[in-house]
Amino acid sequence: MSYRRRSNPDRVLVVDDDAALAEMLTIVLEGEGLVTEVCSSGDRVLERFVEFKPDIVLLDLMLPGLDGMSVCRQIRERSGVPIVMLTAKAETTDVVQGLEAGADDYITKPFKSSELVARIRARLRRTDRLAEPLVFGDIVLDPAAHTVTRAGQPLDLTPLEFDLLACLLGTPEQVFSREVLLERVWGYHHPGDTKLVNVHMTRLRSKIEDDADDPRVIRTVRGIGYQAVLPGAGPV
Amino acid sequence: MSATRSPARLWRRSLQFRVVASTLVLSVIVIGLTGWALVRSVADGLAEGRRDVAVAEARAGFEATQVQLDAAVETQDGAQSQTLAEMVDELSTTGSETRPYDLVLEGPLVSGAGVAAPVRSSVAFDATTVPEPLRVSVRDDGGVFWSYSTARSPGTDESAPAVVVGGRLDVPSTGDAYALYYVFSMAEQQSTLDLVLRALLLGGMAMVLLVAAVAWIVSRQVVNPVRLARRIAERYAAGNLEQRMHVRGEDDIARLSTSFNQMAASLQSQIRRLENLSRLQQRFVSDVSHELRTPLTTVRMAGEVLHRSRDRFDPATARAAELLTAEIERFEELLSDLLDLSRFDAGAAQLELDAVDLSQVARDATQDPVVRAAGLPVELEGTDVPVVVDADIRRVDRIMRNLVANAVKYSRTDRLLVRVGENDGCASIAVRDFGIGLRGDETQRVFDRFWRADPARTQGGTGLGLPISREDAALHGGTLRVWSRPGEGTEFVLTLPRPGGSVHPPAIVSELA
Repeated sequence: MSYRRRSNPDRVLVVDDDAALAEMLTIVLEGEGLVTEVCSSGDRVLERFVEFKPDIVLLDLMLPGLDGMSVCRQIRERSGVPIVMLTAKAETTDVVQGLEAGADDYITKPFKSSELVARIRARLRRTDRLAEPLVFGDIVLDPAAHTVTRAGQPLDLTPLEFDLLACLLGTPEQVFSREVLLERVWGYHHPGDTKLVNVHMTRLRSKIEDDADDPRVIRTVRGIGYQAVLPGAGPV
Repeated sequence: MSATRSPARLWRRSLQFRVVASTLVLSVIVIGLTGWALVRSVADGLAEGRRDVAVAEARAGFEATQVQLDAAVETQDGAQSQTLAEMVDELSTTGSETRPYDLVLEGPLVSGAGVAAPVRSSVAFDATTVPEPLRVSVRDDGGVFWSYSTARSPGTDESAPAVVVGGRLDVPSTGDAYALYYVFSMAEQQSTLDLVLRALLLGGMAMVLLVAAVAWIVSRQVVNPVRLARRIAERYAAGNLEQRMHVRGEDDIARLSTSFNQMAASLQSQIRRLENLSRLQQRFVSDVSHELRTPLTTVRMAGEVLHRSRDRFDPATARAAELLTAEIERFEELLSDLLDLSRFDAGAAQLELDAVDLSQVARDATQDPVVRAAGLPVELEGTDVPVVVDADIRRVDRIMRNLVANAVKYSRTDRLLVRVGENDGCASIAVRDFGIGLRGDETQRVFDRFWRADPARTQGGTGLGLPISREDAALHGGTLRVWSRPGEGTEFVLTLPRPGGSVHPPAIVSELA
C-alpha cells in the first residue's frame, strides 16, 4: 500500500451507474479543479482503478453487476485510498455495512454539491501537523513516511485509520468525544452520527490491539468517547 | 395476602378449588343426611326390639304376680305390702346374674292420692326414672303400659336409656292396688348404637375425603388442559405464536386443543400476511427512496450550477433559476417527510436512544436559525438544572425544530417561551407562543397531514411537520399535545417517559389547559 502526495490535481474515480448523476458529478467536481473518471459498472471498477490511480473513490452503493459493498471490499484489499459512499438509503444498517466493507465516509442522496466537495476535500487533506515520529509503547507512528509499526512490524492502516490513530496518540490520555473525532478526522460536524467513529474504531483496534475485545492502547470511556492509554498506566 | 382473604381469592381464581370445595360441601351434606337417617332407623329398630321383648316379659311377670297375689289371701292391711315386697325381693334376687330388668314397686295406689313413694325397688332409682305419664296411665287404667325413659341412680350422674313397663296389681282381699314397673336397661343397645354411629362417622369422613380426592383428580383432568391453554394463550398474547397444544384422543379437551391450534395457525398466517405486506411496503418505500433520490440529486446539483451562474442570465431566467433551487429544496423536504411518514406507517422507524438533556435541547432551540432570523426573544424556564431522559436526540431535535418553526411561522408572535420540567415518570418540554392562537376545532386538526392553519399561507413547510413530530413522540412512548386559546397563543407539550415510567401525569401542564 502506498499513498502519494502529489502537486498535480487530485483524481476522483466516480463509480455510478446513473449516467446523468455521474455526468453532473463530473461537471461539479471538475468545476472544483479535480480530475474525474467515470465507471458505470461494478465489474470494471478494479480495472479502472488500476489504470486511473485515483486519489479518492466516489462509490454508489447500488450498482449493476458487482454491488457496491463488494467493490468497496475489493478496492480496500488493494489500497487504502479514501472511499466515500453515495447512498440513497439513510437506514443505519446499510450505512454501517458500507463502512464495515471499508468505506471511509458516506453521504446521503440528495446532497448539496458544496457538502460533497467538503467531504472530498476533507478526505484528501492530509494530517501534516506532526513532523516527529510518535513513539507510543511499541507502536511507532511516522507521519513523514506515513507508516505505523508495532514492535518493528509494519501495520497496514488506511490513511483514515492512520489519522484516527495519530489524533488519539497525539495527545495521550486526553478523552476525545465521537463528535470531536468526527470534526478532527473526518473534517465535519454531524451531530449524532457516531456510527462512522464506532465502525472505524473497531477496524483500527482489530489492527493495533492484541485483543480487540480487550483493548489496551485505545480505551473506550463509557458515555464519552475514546482515549489512548499510556503503556504502563495501570490496568484498564 | 392475608390468611382470611386467601380462600376467597382462591375461590375467585381457582376453578379447581371451587370444584373441590363445592363437592366437599355437598358430599358432607348428603352423607350427613344419609348417615343420620341410617342411625335413626338402626336406633328405632334396636329400641323396638328391646321394647317388644320387655313388654312380653313384663306382661308374663305381671300375670304371674297377680296369680300369686290372688292366691295369697291376707287380711291384715300391712301384710299386703309386706307380701309384695317379699315378692319383689324374691324376683330381684333369683338369678340376679341373668336378670335383664330391675323392679320398682309403688303403692298402695289411692285414687287421687298422687304419687306414692316406692315401697320397694330392686335397685335404687331416681323418682324420674318412671315417667309421670306412665305413672298416671298405670294408676288410672288397668293393663300394661310402656315408655322409654332414662334410668338414673339417685345422687349420681349415671344414667342409661331404658324402657319402663308398668302394670297395676290389684289385691283382691283389701281392694288395694299397687304399681309394679319393670325397668329394662338399654345400655347394650346404646353401646351397639354408639358403635354403629362411630363406624358411620368414620366411614362418612373417609367417604367425604375420597369424594374430595376424586373431585380433585377429575377436575385436574379438566382444569390442567384449560390451564395449559391459558398459558399458551398468554404466550400468544406475548407474540410467541409458535406454541401448539398437544392433542390427545377425541374428547372435548382434544377438540378444544385442536380449535386452539387452528386459531393460532390462523392468527399466525394473518400476521405473516400482514408482515409480508409491511415488508412489501417497506421495500417499496426503500425503492421509491432510491429511485427518487438519485434523479433528485442530479436535478439539485444542476439547479445549484444554474443558481451560481444566475448573474449572467437575463432577469427572468435568473429568477427561474432561483425558483428552481427553492422548489427543489421544498420538494426534497416533502420527499424526506413523506418517506419518514411511510416508515412510521410501516412500523419501520427505529429509535436510537441515548441520554438527552432537555434543558440543553431548550437552550439549543434559542439558537434555531428560524428563531434567529425572526429575531424573537426566547424565554427559558426550568432549564437551570439538567432534565435527562432516554431519547433519540435527532428526533427530539426535529420535534423542537418543527414546534419552534410552527410558532414563528403561524402565530405572528413577538415572544416565545420554552419550558422544561420533570417528574418521576416522565420529562416534558413545552413551546409556548403568545400569538393569535387556534380555535377549538383547529387544535383538533393541527396534527392532520397536510393541514395548515391558514390555507393562504402555503409558502414554505410541507404541512407534515407536526404529524411527523407526533409520530416521533409516539415512537418514544411519549405524547405531543397542544393547547390553544384565541388571542392568548398556543402551547405544545412534548412528554417523554422514563424507563418504566408513565407519561400520565405529564411533567408540564399547559396554562392554556
